[in-house]
Amino acid sequence: MNKTHTAILALTALLLAPAASAQSLSDGSIKVGVLTDLSGVYSELSGQGSVKAAQMAAEDFMKANRAYAGKVSVIGVDHQNKADVAGNKAAEMIDRQNVDMLVDMPTSSAALAATEVARQKKTVAMVVTGATTALTNEKCNKYTFHYAYDNYMLANGTGTAVTKRGGNSWYIIYPNYAFGQDLNRQMVSAVQENGGKLAAPSDATPFPNTDFSSYLLKAQSVRPRIFGTMQAGNDLVNVVKQYNEFGLKKQGIGLGIGLLFETDVAALGQDAFSGAIATVPWFWNFDARSRQWAGRFEKAFGKKPTWAQAGVYSATLQYLNAVARAKTDNSDAVVKALEGYAFDDFFARNATIRPQDHRVILDVQVVQVKAKSESKEAGDIYRRLNTIPAAKAFMPLSENKCRM
Amino acid sequence: MNTQLLLIQVFNGLVNGAFYALLSLGLAVIFGMLRIVNFMHGALYMLGAFAAFALGQLLGLGFWPSLILAPLLVGLLGVVLERGLLSRLYGLEPSYNLLLTFGLTLLTQDLVKQVMLSRFAVSSAPYSPPEVLSGVVNLGFVVFPKYRLFVIALSLVVCLLTWFVIEKTRVGAIIRASTENPVVTRAFGINVSLWVTGVFAVGAALAGLAGVLAAPIYSVEPYMGAELIITTFAVVVIGGMGSILGSVVTGFAVGVLAAVGAAVYPPIANTLVFILMALVLLVRPSGLFGLPEGAR
Repeated sequence: MNKTHTAILALTALLLAPAASAQSLSDGSIKVGVLTDLSGVYSELSGQGSVKAAQMAAEDFMKANRAYAGKVSVIGVDHQNKADVAGNKAAEMIDRQNVDMLVDMPTSSAALAATEVARQKKTVAMVVTGATTALTNEKCNKYTFHYAYDNYMLANGTGTAVTKRGGNSWYIIYPNYAFGQDLNRQMVSAVQENGGKLAAPSDATPFPNTDFSSYLLKAQSVRPRIFGTMQAGNDLVNVVKQYNEFGLKKQGIGLGIGLLFETDVAALGQDAFSGAIATVPWFWNFDARSRQWAGRFEKAFGKKPTWAQAGVYSATLQYLNAVARAKTDNSDAVVKALEGYAFDDFFARNATIRPQDHRVILDVQVVQVKAKSESKEAGDIYRRLNTIPAAKAFMPLSENKCRM
Repeated sequence: MNTQLLLIQVFNGLVNGAFYALLSLGLAVIFGMLRIVNFMHGALYMLGAFAAFALGQLLGLGFWPSLILAPLLVGLLGVVLERGLLSRLYGLEPSYNLLLTFGLTLLTQDLVKQVMLSRFAVSSAPYSPPEVLSGVVNLGFVVFPKYRLFVIALSLVVCLLTWFVIEKTRVGAIIRASTENPVVTRAFGINVSLWVTGVFAVGAALAGLAGVLAAPIYSVEPYMGAELIITTFAVVVIGGMGSILGSVVTGFAVGVLAAVGAAVYPPIANTLVFILMALVLLVRPSGLFGLPEGAR
């Protein structure tokens, strides 16, 4: 770069500087608070990777909007997947650390607690990794947005795809707490709406639980086409480990999974899951745009991104873009800029932010886990079966219970 | 619920029973000889499973060498714990031991979590049964994983062997004497503290062995022992604190009970054992196989 160029750049920067002060930012800056699991079972799929993704979004935003250069920062806080901790940390971040927006929030109960605090303090919260549909139904509020996925989207995608592909009789087990009960209900109705039936009524399993052999033996005698598991995290790993051990696949009983993260596949090895069908909002080698971002993330973080982490990037960037459009970080103005906004980024395809319930709808992918021998490169675990367009992927407004 | 399915569940329950038996056996041996309620037993079980995983990752060792090596390592850790920490609390109230072992449990869990995340980049570790034991076998009334049959068999052998050594051999006699009356036993020229350390190490190794056996069927993660240890304590209470035969028989019985419960009425599966414990405490406070405190 020669001296003239440098001079022009410096001059531009000077000219732009006053423009920045014309934006109205509370305390002169925007602070993004990644409220996540930094130490527990979800720290691999969100955690520090989510913090890194939010940082990348902040950097990209500042690069694209020079007026905000140096004004956006990111902090990461551990909520330990506990509702009470999440609520306290959210309050502390907003009151003492001047956080303008909360993002990520794995674990439904923790997400509900944190968004309630954010509502009281009029702070925008974008839930990415929490699953419960309550966030956009009974518990919806003006400042909460639900990104990426939810229980309805999972059940609707997987239940429909599996049933239509011939998996028309199911035996489902679910963990006996809010998430599992909700997911079971949604899955049963998705199966039945597509002409499938239940080979036996669903069974509630204790939570947490390690041994699922009783239910696997029951599946052996009931003989459904699909053994559906609504378990998540370690419980899911236990179910799938024992599903393979009992050799159900060889006996013609397929596996239907409610919620699958890339980290679950890593915990057991790809072959344990091979053939299983799941619904995800995104995966890293889905197309060239996704690969390009995933490559950048891997360079910065040392690991491939999970869809939760990619979602955190997208949610953070969309929030910052809304601040730029509103020309202020005042929450009410930003909410107005977000509501009804339609966009398309590497993560959220054909996305719209529904103003009625703040559900961010986007195209979602129904995927099947490849056998290890079918993988073309490291981390190549999913084969895309079909894409569900945004309008059909999420709970229709006619069924929605949100009153804002 | 038809009879065949019930029979299948009874059989299936023996597998979980095998784990309860191995773990409560270790607890009973330690409590019987040392009067220590070892809250760390669940963490030692987890360390056994984690050691099997780590030995495989770092040294390329398969299931069979790990089945020997991992319990040895956990037993060695037992020696360090007993000599370094627990022995300093003998003579104090039992609650001190409880607090110490509980604290150690929390430390161990978090330490393993950190190692798993930072060194192996997993929150739950993959582990498979050995080639020869993978797959299922048709037993006529049920198609059952070969590996689970092996677990039942090995656990039975180990339990019987432990019972035999303690009740029927000279080694057992020394151990029993050392705990009944350490002063008199010392007078016979026997190094009592050495035997006590040995017993603790064996108890720890039994937990480690249960951990290795669990690795191919349960998810290997830092908290895998936390749930199990609570049920195991209930098993020990039902069987009678310190009773070896009691803990083994009760271990298998509780496993069967839980499996049948899960099949008949799932919500009660995990509660059944505690209902049984409450009943036993009401009717026979020293446990089914235990002698009243005064009779010892």
